[in-house]
Amino acid sequence: MNRFEYTRAETLGAAVGAEGAFLAGGTNLLDLMKIGVAAPDRLVDISHLPLDRIEESAGGLRIGAMVRNADIARDPQVLARYPALAEALLSGASAQLRNAATTGGNVMQATRCSYFQDPLSPCNRREPGSGCGALGGVTRTHAVLGWTEGCIAVHPSDMCVALAAYDAVVEITGPGGLREVAMEEFHPLPDAEGAGAPSLSPGEIITHIRLPDPGPLARHGRYVKLRERTSFAFAIVSAAAALAIEDGVITEARLALGGVAARPWRCRKAEEALKGALATAETFARASELATDGARPSGDNAAKIVLAQRIAARALERAAAGTPDRLPALPASVFAGDDNG
Amino acid sequence: MDDLMNLQGQGHVRLGSSAGQALTRRDGRLKVTGAATYAADNRPDGLLHAVLATAGIAKGRVTQLDVAAAAAHPGVVKVYTPENAPRLAISPDEKIHPFVWRMETLTDDRVRYAGQPIALVLAETLEAATEGARLLAPRYEAEPHRVTLDDAEPFETDTTVFGRPATHVSGDVEAARSGAAHHVEATVETSQQYHNSIEPHAITARWDGARLEIDTPNQAIGLSKQTFAAFLGIDPSQILLRSPFIGGGFGSKAILYGGQLLAVLAARELGRPVKLVLRRDQMYGPVGHRAPTRQALQIDLDAEGNIAALEHDTVTLTSSFDQFLESASNASHSLYAAPNLRTTHHGRRADVGTPGPMRAPGEAPGSAALEIAMDAAARSAGLDPLEFRLKNYAESDPSTGQPFSSKGLRECYAEAARLFGWAGRPAEPRSLREGRLLKGWGMGTAQFPCPMFQAAAHATLRADGTAVIETSAADMGQGAWTALAQIAADGLGIDLDKVEFRSGHSDLPDAGVAGGSGHTATAGTALFNAGADAVRQLAELATTDPASPLFGAGNAGVTARAGRLWRNDDERSESYEDILARAGLDLVRGEGKGAREGEPERAMFSHGAVFAEVLVDPDLGQVRVSRLIGAFAAGRIVNPRLARSQLLGGMIWGIGMALQEEAVHDARTGRLTNADLAGYHVPVNADVPMIEALTVHEDDPYVNALGIKGVGEIGVTGTVGAIGNAVWHATGVQPARFPIHPESLI
Ligand SMILES: Cc1cc2nc3c(=O)[nH]c(=O)nc-3n(C[C@H](O)[C@H](O)[C@H](O)COP(=O)(O)OP(=O)(O)OC[C@H]3O[C@@H](n4cnc5c(N)ncnc54)[C@H](O)[C@@H]3O)c2cc1C
Ligand code: SF4
Repeated sequence: MNRFEYTRAETLGAAVGAEGAFLAGGTNLLDLMKIGVAAPDRLVDISHLPLDRIEESAGGLRIGAMVRNADIARDPQVLARYPALAEALLSGASAQLRNAATTGGNVMQATRCSYFQDPLSPCNRREPGSGCGALGGVTRTHAVLGWTEGCIAVHPSDMCVALAAYDAVVEITGPGGLREVAMEEFHPLPDAEGAGAPSLSPGEIITHIRLPDPGPLARHGRYVKLRERTSFAFAIVSAAAALAIEDGVITEARLALGGVAARPWRCRKAEEALKGALATAETFARASELATDGARPSGDNAAKIVLAQRIAARALERAAAGTPDRLPALPASVFAGDDNG
Repeated sequence: MDDLMNLQGQGHVRLGSSAGQALTRRDGRLKVTGAATYAADNRPDGLLHAVLATAGIAKGRVTQLDVAAAAAHPGVVKVYTPENAPRLAISPDEKIHPFVWRMETLTDDRVRYAGQPIALVLAETLEAATEGARLLAPRYEAEPHRVTLDDAEPFETDTTVFGRPATHVSGDVEAARSGAAHHVEATVETSQQYHNSIEPHAITARWDGARLEIDTPNQAIGLSKQTFAAFLGIDPSQILLRSPFIGGGFGSKAILYGGQLLAVLAARELGRPVKLVLRRDQMYGPVGHRAPTRQALQIDLDAEGNIAALEHDTVTLTSSFDQFLESASNASHSLYAAPNLRTTHHGRRADVGTPGPMRAPGEAPGSAALEIAMDAAARSAGLDPLEFRLKNYAESDPSTGQPFSSKGLRECYAEAARLFGWAGRPAEPRSLREGRLLKGWGMGTAQFPCPMFQAAAHATLRADGTAVIETSAADMGQGAWTALAQIAADGLGIDLDKVEFRSGHSDLPDAGVAGGSGHTATAGTALFNAGADAVRQLAELATTDPASPLFGAGNAGVTARAGRLWRNDDERSESYEDILARAGLDLVRGEGKGAREGEPERAMFSHGAVFAEVLVDPDLGQVRVSRLIGAFAAGRIVNPRLARSQLLGGMIWGIGMALQEEAVHDARTGRLTNADLAGYHVPVNADVPMIEALTVHEDDPYVNALGIKGVGEIGVTGTVGAIGNAVWHATGVQPARFPIHPESLI
């Protein structure tokens, strides 16, 4: 491991504009340093910044960037109003990791593309211009939406998928001041050459995630995640759905897919088709086909398109049935049980 | 063993006071409090940290290493490459016994697989050594490589591994096939798997003049000492090898690897202690793995559904430079009554590290494929899977004609089927549902051989009535310290809490290999005999001493129990303390051996039956094993709690093999794409909602005098096939490959 300097920022002012890599929970950054993918000269520890609260804000919630994933998932306001977010968080990683991982770190976590993680492979994301090592390789988990030959990686976060569905906004502070970006557009899509321009400029820091008032969406929100083992695995595909339903008619719909693209994928066409339709299995089947509009395999992963449609339909069906009073024992699992018997 | 028979004949000692009790692990507290020290926890003064640099290509030559940059890094003390690496005393390819494979010790600049060690960097700190290894920035001359079953190079071989014949034929398969009523073919592939023990391979080596001290987790302490000695060219008596605790081995720590020898050589040349701990990613290359298999089975049946012929062929990989072939077809030798039997193996060479033994080597993938084929055959005969297996129950070993030493498989089938509720299973696939989920029931038969190795032990009774027992047994988490001590306590006729167990140390009598599910039987027999020998000495002292109440017990003899010798002809007894005190002795020391003598005249196996229920999402293809129930006949159960844990562990291993475990190569780079625990999946708690393992009573007077079989590996067998068959029952899709991916079921 290379030598690096370590400093701890006690105030936001000290962190913003600092040169080096921000260290929050460290669950992703330190791993990347150990495998030689990241080699920062300087670590700026931001884990002690006073950004560790969840506050009411304009009818919604404002979540500090240092709030631990586990704390968001257990927050009564989140559980009551943004249940798909709680379910998404609880379906991610392990209890130990969720206790350490932060909101900001979760948003900024790197792709799990194994070629990105292998410094011996070319990778446009790690080393712009070197090419994409994944293309033509083992691509079972790679993107089916929004990819280019420059990069076919997916963003691995579960949390961000639910955030995108709830229209969350990322608050950023940089040397030049404050700015905001919709979660849905925060992660760049690749361009022909590579992974696209980074989400943050040097020295910029995520301070908060803001969630608007969910209104009636609160009562119909679910997250479903397909994976080979029941826990502690990234999604093959996942979906967050939130619905507002009046007298059996869908008045508002949100649908986002995970594991399919370099960003959480909001399915606008599907949402339009849902709005005004009856909340029936047929509606959901039709909408889920639209969810993958424009999808194409980036390698040996055509099955993911079918799976993404089906997981979208499942999330919609579960959301329509209503958020359960208590989260299932196996959050987000296909086997969560509530729609199986 | 004759000794033991005689001793039991004389009635001195009995098994059954401690043995048979469901005691908790004696070392449990040490482990949960962190007081147990593992090899990598040793920090002798003056320690140097060693880190391997490994190859990034699968085949070719290393043309350049930036040794200057590495050596210049602060803290780096030495960089070894093929140009200056210290040499072994003998060829790295020397086969000094059947448990050695090439010792990769930087002998040349060839790269034979990705992840192969190409240099060793030693530094004052782990960080400096790690950075030094990175700074070597190797350059290569790459050559075309092959890493998969499809492109690997076929070769001819008469043996698979450990001298096992690659081919077995009994009867006349062709003749039987031509007259058969049904012919069934099944092809099943299994994946490349890694041991993934939580404790990585590690060694701390220190020389004191000519004497060598080694701390390394090891499943075969005595053998490894010999191996170290031979490759180092020193006398075994100069080596002290300690392995008190092992954080999981699963076979990979029964073997020595070049890295361990390099660390020892470096310590000698540099005159300082050296520690080498493999990084997690380095566990996926130089320290063995289970090779992938492609198995083709053919089963021919007569009109009643009796097996007329069984044929099992395995294609599997080994490295380009050594041979370990997963002898999967052997799983068909002794399980079902196949009057005509042919098993074959075909090796292929690939640019991968040499495979090695991994929990149920051969049996695990072989059983997986055999059980899938058996269900396919049952279907063609129109029989229930259990009925079909009972119909083809082997009363003697079909490959040798030998009778079984014991075989409680019928009881296993009955018990497990009853507990599972198998009766009334609908024959048609996709006929059971749970809500929207498909439900399926499947079963498989478990079988594992009962080998014995060679062990020796000492048992010393002390003047205060306590005892110390000594043998170099290996506890890699399975509970050997506890189970063996229970046997030893019975051998000594004292309470377990009076027994101090010294093990994990090469100066102790050799306990043999902790592998092949034969450790408890082998080392246990040695310990029992040693205890019985000590008791015999006490009995002699007492019965010939006119001052002892036991004097003249004569032919009726005495029995040892609870720290006393009791006359068999009346009520009188005397404590061990009193006998020793009167004789003016501090202690008596017994010696014992454990081994099987001569060629066995019976087939010796543990058996079991595993029943699985799976739920499958019909749209998404995700599979969950909702219930898993096994019943096993494994001879005398020394400790029911530990035996159950071993069986459950094996069955959970089977869940991983059936649904998750798989190392995936990029055929272009020759490197693995998932060489870490985030990418290589093994089951988690949430994958195991309901599991039970029970044992049925089995007395085996032939397997060894104590009647002990093994429980360490058998749980894997049967389980993989049971899950695969349950997936068929749920979906109608017969698995062609393990692990079963969701994509294959939608
Ligand atoms: C074995 C394993 C399994 C996992 N499984 C899942 C899973 O199933 N689903 C899932 O969603 N995730 C999973 N994760 C990922 C986990 O969610 C992330 O590692 C975690 O959220 C990162 O948060 P952190 O605070 O530890 O980030 P760090 O590791 O500290 O930082 C990650 C990155 O974010 C940057 N950063 C951190 N905070 C800020 C900020 N406020 N502003 C700007 N930049 C910032 C850092 O500089 C760094 O580049 C898994 C991780 C592991 C190791
Ligand atoms: S897919 Fe993207 S992250 Fe993966 S190797 Fe290609 S460029 Fe790198």
